[in-house]
Amino acid sequence: MLNEVSFRRRRGVYYSFRGGAYLGMGLSLLALIGLVVYILAKGLPYLSWDLLFGEYTAKSVSLVPSFVGTLYLILISLGIAAPIGIFAAVFLSEYAVSTSKVVGVIRVAIETLSGIPSIVYGLFGYLLFVFYLGCGYSLLGGGITLALMVLPTIIRGVEESLHSVPKALREASFALGAGKSSTTFKIVLPCAAPGILTSLILSIGRVLSESAVLLVTIGMVVNKTPATPLSPGTSLALDIYYFSSYGYREEAAATAVVLLLLVLFLDGMALLVTKLLSKGKGYGK
Amino acid sequence: MERANRTGRIKEGIVKWALFGCALFGVLAVISIAVFLFATGIPFMAKNGFGSFFLSSTWRPTASSPEYGLLALFCTTIIVTLLSTALGGGLGLLTAMCLFRFVPKQLKRPLSFLISILSGIPSVIYGLFGVNVIVPFLRDYISPTGMGYGIFAATLVLSIMILPTMVSFTLDSLEAVNPSYYEGALALGASREMACFKVVMPAAKSGIFAALVLSSGRAMGETMAVIMVIGSRATMPNSLFQSTLTLTGAIALGATEYSGDAKTSLIAVGVVLFLLTLIINLAFALIRGKEKRC
Repeated sequence: MLNEVSFRRRRGVYYSFRGGAYLGMGLSLLALIGLVVYILAKGLPYLSWDLLFGEYTAKSVSLVPSFVGTLYLILISLGIAAPIGIFAAVFLSEYAVSTSKVVGVIRVAIETLSGIPSIVYGLFGYLLFVFYLGCGYSLLGGGITLALMVLPTIIRGVEESLHSVPKALREASFALGAGKSSTTFKIVLPCAAPGILTSLILSIGRVLSESAVLLVTIGMVVNKTPATPLSPGTSLALDIYYFSSYGYREEAAATAVVLLLLVLFLDGMALLVTKLLSKGKGYGK
Repeated sequence: MERANRTGRIKEGIVKWALFGCALFGVLAVISIAVFLFATGIPFMAKNGFGSFFLSSTWRPTASSPEYGLLALFCTTIIVTLLSTALGGGLGLLTAMCLFRFVPKQLKRPLSFLISILSGIPSVIYGLFGVNVIVPFLRDYISPTGMGYGIFAATLVLSIMILPTMVSFTLDSLEAVNPSYYEGALALGASREMACFKVVMPAAKSGIFAALVLSSGRAMGETMAVIMVIGSRATMPNSLFQSTLTLTGAIALGATEYSGDAKTSLIAVGVVLFLLTLIINLAFALIRGKEKRC
């Protein structure tokens, strides 16, 4: 039945599809922009020197302990996860035979790791370090747990950037008489450096924004600057939770600004690194 | 020459096995996580009876005669996950469709970059936004009970959180559809909307489904944003605007306060959560495997 009415009705239906798509897009963007603008507008007025770098007292809280804690956590988790992740990715992309059973098991394990909720990682860290090893809450335990959590992200990112290195480079290196390992470490890895750096930066972002793991493993001690990696501590993200649930609403908003800016800065850095370092290579994007 | 060859081969062997060791680390991590959780959680469930653990809905680990019933937490988790996957998934699908063909070409990359930024924002910040904006708004304008906290608030926050995952995966699977489908549909006289929604979208069905499954996993595992907006009383959910608690929330709230048996009960909750995510992961892997075969 093709007549003018049915045609118009159909056109109406499809225009409404399109309208729906625009509406969805609009709502998503609104959510994003609303969130960022709200956090900035609410928090910026309360940013102060005392909050950022002052002494922690009950009256004027300060972020110094969480800066130190966050720094420790980044160093510990990346210090462990970066080498293991990069080497694991090198193995998976350069050495592994993709049909082998063992490699299949490794891939499944990594997929599984990336799907485990962060609070479950937290429980594992708690069980291992606090419960069985008896170290108590510590930044070290939290850092190691975080390392497990970011491992799949790093492996996936590094593997992708290794894949983007053209085969011809490897073949040229073999043709010149280089062995497998020198080809991998002297030719392929340097070529993939921008991609590797980007995935490391992105995993720093994940460490910064994680809080559920830390709630269970590092003890949320917001008022004391951690002396060693073995002492309990806090992180920026945990501070936001603490401030907002214990009545420091203005401080929570200001801390959220600090964290948000840091995360956005890292995102921008990652983008920049990809752009700058892959220039003039003659391959890649 | 002979010797140089041999040392070279030994070196290659050492490098290979060292790299293999690093790759095995992931397997080791999964196994040890599973072993630690099960070894502590299962005996606890057995001690208190599996029946009462799974079928009772009273969650009172700190009472003088503690009760560990998981049912209420479990139901809340499932409801929150389903609702936020439906809402965030639908919104994400529409957004991805829009990015796919309906925005000007120059805007496509900046817009998808903007949306991918959402995924980098820490969950506590979502929680903060939820507790300061969404909860008061619901309380004042929408909630029939005068309560802003609850499943509805958690659903809204989680839908925003899973948007980037949903959008990027869906967009990938839409782009992966052979462009000749779209062009063929246009050549047969379909409008652009028809071609997108009736031809390309069904062709990318399994990819979209996989994206939904993955997003539901994210929603289920999310902790901090949820505990900030859902309230904290572990009751059976009767209404969308009622203070309840999810599995993840129960663990996080208890972790800082409980001790002794109550704390061990959290590990048992963790076991359940771990199994649930394994199921979701498995579903995701199955769908993706099927997609690759055809």
